[in-house]
Amino acid sequence: MNWDWQAAADAIPLLLKGLLVTVELTLLGSAVAYALGLVLALLRRAGIPVLSRLVLFFIEFIRSTPLLIQVFVLYWLVPPLTGITMSAFVTGVVALGVHYATYTAEVYRAGIEAVPKGQWEAAVALNLPRQRVWTAVVLPQAIPRVVPALGNYTISMFKETPLLLAIGVLDVLNRAKEVGAETFRVVEPYTLAGVLFLLVSLPSSLLARRLERRAERA
Amino acid sequence: MSNVPHIISSILAGLGTTIEAAVGGIVVTIVVALIAGLALLSPRWPVRAVARVYVEVFRGTSEVVQLFWLYFVLPVLVGLQLVPLFAGILVLGLNHGAYGAEVVRGAVRSVPKEQYEGAVALNFSPAQRMVRVLLPQAFAEMLPPFNNLFIQLLKSTALLSFISAGEITERGELLRPVFGADIGWIYGTELVLYLLLAILITTGMRALERWAARRLGRAPVASTAPVLSVGGGGTG
Repeated sequence: MNWDWQAAADAIPLLLKGLLVTVELTLLGSAVAYALGLVLALLRRAGIPVLSRLVLFFIEFIRSTPLLIQVFVLYWLVPPLTGITMSAFVTGVVALGVHYATYTAEVYRAGIEAVPKGQWEAAVALNLPRQRVWTAVVLPQAIPRVVPALGNYTISMFKETPLLLAIGVLDVLNRAKEVGAETFRVVEPYTLAGVLFLLVSLPSSLLARRLERRAERA
Repeated sequence: MSNVPHIISSILAGLGTTIEAAVGGIVVTIVVALIAGLALLSPRWPVRAVARVYVEVFRGTSEVVQLFWLYFVLPVLVGLQLVPLFAGILVLGLNHGAYGAEVVRGAVRSVPKEQYEGAVALNFSPAQRMVRVLLPQAFAEMLPPFNNLFIQLLKSTALLSFISAGEITERGELLRPVFGADIGWIYGTELVLYLLLAILITTGMRALERWAARRLGRAPVASTAPVLSVGGGGTG
């Protein structure tokens, strides 16, 4: 074995700093994904044929191409085209958020479709305006059901953030790389990076699974 | 504009490696998912425990971290440096195999209990039950989730650029500093290639789905469907 406890202990403060960045990216990215996903799901149902086709193509395109390349496009291609420059961190949040919105859109869609037809009919019978049908009847029933699935995508996002080291975001893995470059020891920082991911994602998965079971029973 | 043919051909030179990584990863995924998935269903708890640890470790740690660990840490620990493409295939397969194991487990468990009991009644050995009764039916259930998994795996091949495997994404990143003005062509070419490969995977998996459904006598052909099945909707 080639494990140095002192090197491991020295690496931890910096790795924890990186973990904080990873968690921030995940939470902000999730917020974008939850909101944008709902918008995409509603646009698909808006009943405008061209628009729903376009949204569907957008979803399929983003889902079938690598997140890493989407990050590169946002970081290298969008600024010269549009004049909008984003920091690496913001690029990461936007890329994660947009990528995962295409997954959450499908989750919302399934949730909306699971609302019993009678609820729609009752809302129409009560002569509720279209907007109220959504905000007062459909979404309050659809969203609680999809919370566990959304949570699972947040966990997936958390595990994908390390690829943002490609544009220099100081997440856990990039901090591990830094430690490795300074101390010429790779075993401890990279192993600890993996352990940190495990320590966060295992309890999160357990929590999501419990929520899922509770949602199924309800 | 004059650089465009050069850019496209440079990126296309990485297509072979991307395909090798994806195909290799898919093969490892299938093998590992079957082994680990069946192990998760084993009646012996030590077997289940080993499979569970494997699944949770590979699902719980990040894929990029796994790639870095296998490529940079393993050589220090065991003195064995893996070729980038091989390391990539291994990580892609082990990572997605962990997700696939749950797919296999779920699919086998979704086979109706009567099928299992029937096989027991016919005095099939455990291996025969699995190979002749449970797996063929579970196979059809596995195909849609495996399609998603393979698309994920295809997208993950881009991560191999971190260990210089020479696939599409890395070729593009090597071009970027030189052809700054034509950067749109670089990423456009890459995105189109990944999209085409994804369509190829989905088309293949859909064909397999139809084949499996037909073999199980589940072909969803409306004109020949028995009248009885129409009545099913009213009872729910």
